[in-house]
Amino acid sequence: MNKQFFDVAIIGGGPAGLAAALSARKAGAKQVVILERDVELGGILQQCIHNGFGLHRFQEELTGPGYAGRFVRMVRADTGITVYTEAMVLEVAKDKTIWAVSPTLGLIQLSARAVIFAMGCRERTRGAIRIPGYRPAGVFTAGAAQRMVNMEGFLPGKNIVILGSGDIGLIMARRMTLEGAKVQAVVELMPFSNGLTRNVVQCLEDFAIPLHLSHTITFVHGRERVTGVSVAAVDANRCIVPGSEFYLPCDCLLLSVGLIPENELSRAMDICLDGLTNGPVVDQYRQTCVSGFFAAGNVVHVHDLVDFVSEEGDIAGRSAALFANGELPLEKQYINVKAETGIRTVVPQRISLPTAAGEKVRLFMRAQEPLTRSTLTITTTAGKLVERKLPVAKPGEMIVADISTEKISPDSQEIIVTLLPQSLGGA
Amino acid sequence: MSELQRQPITQRVSCIVCPMSCVGEVEIAEGQVVRMVGFSCERGRAYAESEVTAPKRVLTTTVKLNGGTLRLLPVVSRQPLPKDKIAACVRCLASVEVEAPVKEGDIISGDLLGLGVDIVASRDVESVSR
Amino acid sequence: MSTISKADVVVIGGGIVGAAVARELSRYQLDIVLLEAETDIAMGTSKANSAILHAGFDAKPTCWKARLNVLGNALYRQLQDELKLHIGWTGSLVVAKDPVDMAVLEELLVRGQQNGVNGLALLGRDEVLAREPNLASDITGALWAPTAGIICPFGATFAFAENAIRNGATLLRETPALDIVVENGRVAGVRTPQGVINTKFVVNAAGVRADDIARLAGDESFTIQARKGEYILFDRSVRNLVNSVIFPAPSKISKGILIAPTVHGNLFIGPDAQNIDDKTDIAATGNGMDRVITGARRLVPNLPLQAAITQFSGLRATAEDGDFILRESEAARGLVHAAGIQSPGLTAAPAIAQVVSALLKEAGLKLSEKRDFNPANPLKPAFQELSWEQRSSLIASNPLYGRVICRCETVTEAEIVAAIHSPCGARTVDGVKRRVRAGSGRCQGGFCGPRVTAILARELNIPMTEVRKDSIDSRLFFDKLPGNCEVPAHE
Repeated sequence: MNKQFFDVAIIGGGPAGLAAALSARKAGAKQVVILERDVELGGILQQCIHNGFGLHRFQEELTGPGYAGRFVRMVRADTGITVYTEAMVLEVAKDKTIWAVSPTLGLIQLSARAVIFAMGCRERTRGAIRIPGYRPAGVFTAGAAQRMVNMEGFLPGKNIVILGSGDIGLIMARRMTLEGAKVQAVVELMPFSNGLTRNVVQCLEDFAIPLHLSHTITFVHGRERVTGVSVAAVDANRCIVPGSEFYLPCDCLLLSVGLIPENELSRAMDICLDGLTNGPVVDQYRQTCVSGFFAAGNVVHVHDLVDFVSEEGDIAGRSAALFANGELPLEKQYINVKAETGIRTVVPQRISLPTAAGEKVRLFMRAQEPLTRSTLTITTTAGKLVERKLPVAKPGEMIVADISTEKISPDSQEIIVTLLPQSLGGA
Repeated sequence: MSELQRQPITQRVSCIVCPMSCVGEVEIAEGQVVRMVGFSCERGRAYAESEVTAPKRVLTTTVKLNGGTLRLLPVVSRQPLPKDKIAACVRCLASVEVEAPVKEGDIISGDLLGLGVDIVASRDVESVSR
Repeated sequence: MSTISKADVVVIGGGIVGAAVARELSRYQLDIVLLEAETDIAMGTSKANSAILHAGFDAKPTCWKARLNVLGNALYRQLQDELKLHIGWTGSLVVAKDPVDMAVLEELLVRGQQNGVNGLALLGRDEVLAREPNLASDITGALWAPTAGIICPFGATFAFAENAIRNGATLLRETPALDIVVENGRVAGVRTPQGVINTKFVVNAAGVRADDIARLAGDESFTIQARKGEYILFDRSVRNLVNSVIFPAPSKISKGILIAPTVHGNLFIGPDAQNIDDKTDIAATGNGMDRVITGARRLVPNLPLQAAITQFSGLRATAEDGDFILRESEAARGLVHAAGIQSPGLTAAPAIAQVVSALLKEAGLKLSEKRDFNPANPLKPAFQELSWEQRSSLIASNPLYGRVICRCETVTEAEIVAAIHSPCGARTVDGVKRRVRAGSGRCQGGFCGPRVTAILARELNIPMTEVRKDSIDSRLFFDKLPGNCEVPAHE
């Protein structure tokens, strides 16, 4: 196949990639390509058949496929966007040449002026959390099980225990129940659920499914198929409380124990990664440390709302288009944004200067731990940019704050973000 | 109305309106809210009242799809359904089969169980080209 | 499945030893049946071990282990090209941390030289750290063995079995030996669930169950103690932590917890050693994992635990006196034991196969060479290792090479289909994984598992609900259609 040329090439056709493609076109990119490894666009949204997507973006509660459908239709209608499905990107070079393979097109080689990484994330596995026991059939990650139940039409089990009370774990508890399975319990290591209260209510309480907080699974029983799990309480240091162990019979263990940004391609290119988000370090344009390479969505940091993923896609798409046309301001210097007390991660991790007049930058942050009545402070050496009282902050819900770049001067050195209980945080 | 229902009952409600996630208690007697504590705003109190008097849920599930590029069609109730009817609705939808192609919004099961709510397709699915 | 009523030799146990024996015997004009109780070969000790081709300095010169280790290591050098084995000749280091350890190394050096191991050398601290900069700084020296290597142990088992099958041997899976028929002190047959296979010669290569198999023939001359060892496997991203196999100075019972690269570019640590009574107990334990981590940290203090992708454990088949049991049974003539094959059994396997062949000949089996014996297996293209031109032409010839199923290891549908349809082809999801690595990467099959299941169902022409993960009763999915939804009455 001959090498093709594009202004912007997007790796991944999920919510970030779709938004990026549309936004790149709007910002003046003439030829955009999306490389999607699945048979259709939409990414993980296609298996998330529950509702609750799009409240920010569309002021409506859409299902995952419904949310994806809105973008897919716009992408398909735009002749300036080429879509390759079943196209697996195997290599990206610094000169922005991309190699992919597909069963129908064979080897695809293309070149772009700007590249956007939108590969999303993958699920943490049992191996990563070292659960003792056997390795029988019946242990699945929640997302893999969700795909089987919602798209392929098979059940991973009939008698389920779920480890992890993030939204995926909660949603699967309801889904499996509606499919006629018995969900024995959801087990959560932390003293709080990382999921939305709405999901705790509508997915667990509605069906009287027990949620065991500060508990973990200590053993997987069953040599061939799962026969049960041992569950134990953990103390404040997450150490198992002796004597607290109990047994839950089940034929299936679903793991919802975290998501990891999928950065194998970025890593192979030596793009700087943030050790806490596991995604690339990006600036307000979502440009990575390698010029002309952008990133958006869960590949940067794991979001809880798809609306924010789309928003990041918008930013990356626009920036990539400007870059392709030589219109993105050339970075002269950058200022680091640092997460300090109370904040675990912040994106973007740096602000490139000079900034455009009137430009606002939205910071996405995650709290270190749940806090009621806290104060979010964003400061530079020159003074406070933001001080806001938060009635509630939870690690599972992204904190969003806009800062005005006018107050950021080249000698600001760094921007520091903190989240302190109000008793300590001044105010 | 049975004797039991005339006695006031106290129900615990976790509010889902905002991230505050207030947990309060609502006392009802004869289908009416007689007392409410623990909610910090008007929206929360309204939610709590509806949650104890007429709780509703949007239902999402799948139905069998024939001749399509997928084996299953995801569906959604156009409006929330009474919570206590969800189980019956799911059982009813389990026997529904649909022929591809389908467009998002196509009515899959109109006025399900006479509850006045349509179940609609939540995505497009093409038919398999033969 | 067609039933087989007779054979010249029945080999019980489809591990590395049984497969190597079958392949060795397939040089001759013999009807060979390889029996495997499980869904696949290489499902016992052969799938969970340290995957090392030892140099051969550990065992005392007079025992089987010493002789067959050095010979086996040399044989693998020939077999590597013929059977297309994945081997990395990395060499090994036994590292010392104090004068006691140093004395042990000197002992090993002398023993290794007696055993005929070439190239052994004692290295000083600086030289060791130059080779292996991530090792603990308090090491004092190491024994370097350039002939040691790493191998894919199940890949080797598949390769031996495949070659045996290509040369006429028959593999029967899910076919346990239920009984060994003995008449007048001689083997007369092996009973399986499909009936009796009449045979005068049986090879007992049943791993941890070799003593149970011996007892079927009335032979109670030995027992096998299962000794569990646990391992932790790491992602490729930390592959460069060590360049060769790193052992601590050994203790009396074990070579200790080691750290080594794998031929597939991963890294592992382990094993510990726990005697267990239940020969099906391959559970990973919290204590075992802790021991392995503690042990490995003595070698490499900065272990990248966040890059762990899975844990597994395996059982060593240990005989009382510690050496291999290679002899004809006195209770049932014609029954040849290849038992107690623990480390360095993987290395010794091709040599064990030669010994077993000789023992069978002594026991009366006629060995006449086959003219058309083909020692070679064909090369199977591994998409990930090819150039862009080669990939392009492969996809042109078979579009399934363009469909990447396992994204962590870049395994294509064509490779999976080929693995299913090859001689001794994969029947299970883990069988596919062990042949072509789909699902062995960092996401551990989270993405490709359901897709591999669907490919197996299609290629084996069975329902999705009949596809198994690994063992006989390890079905993965239940049917949900037609709708069986019943919402339990919780309210």
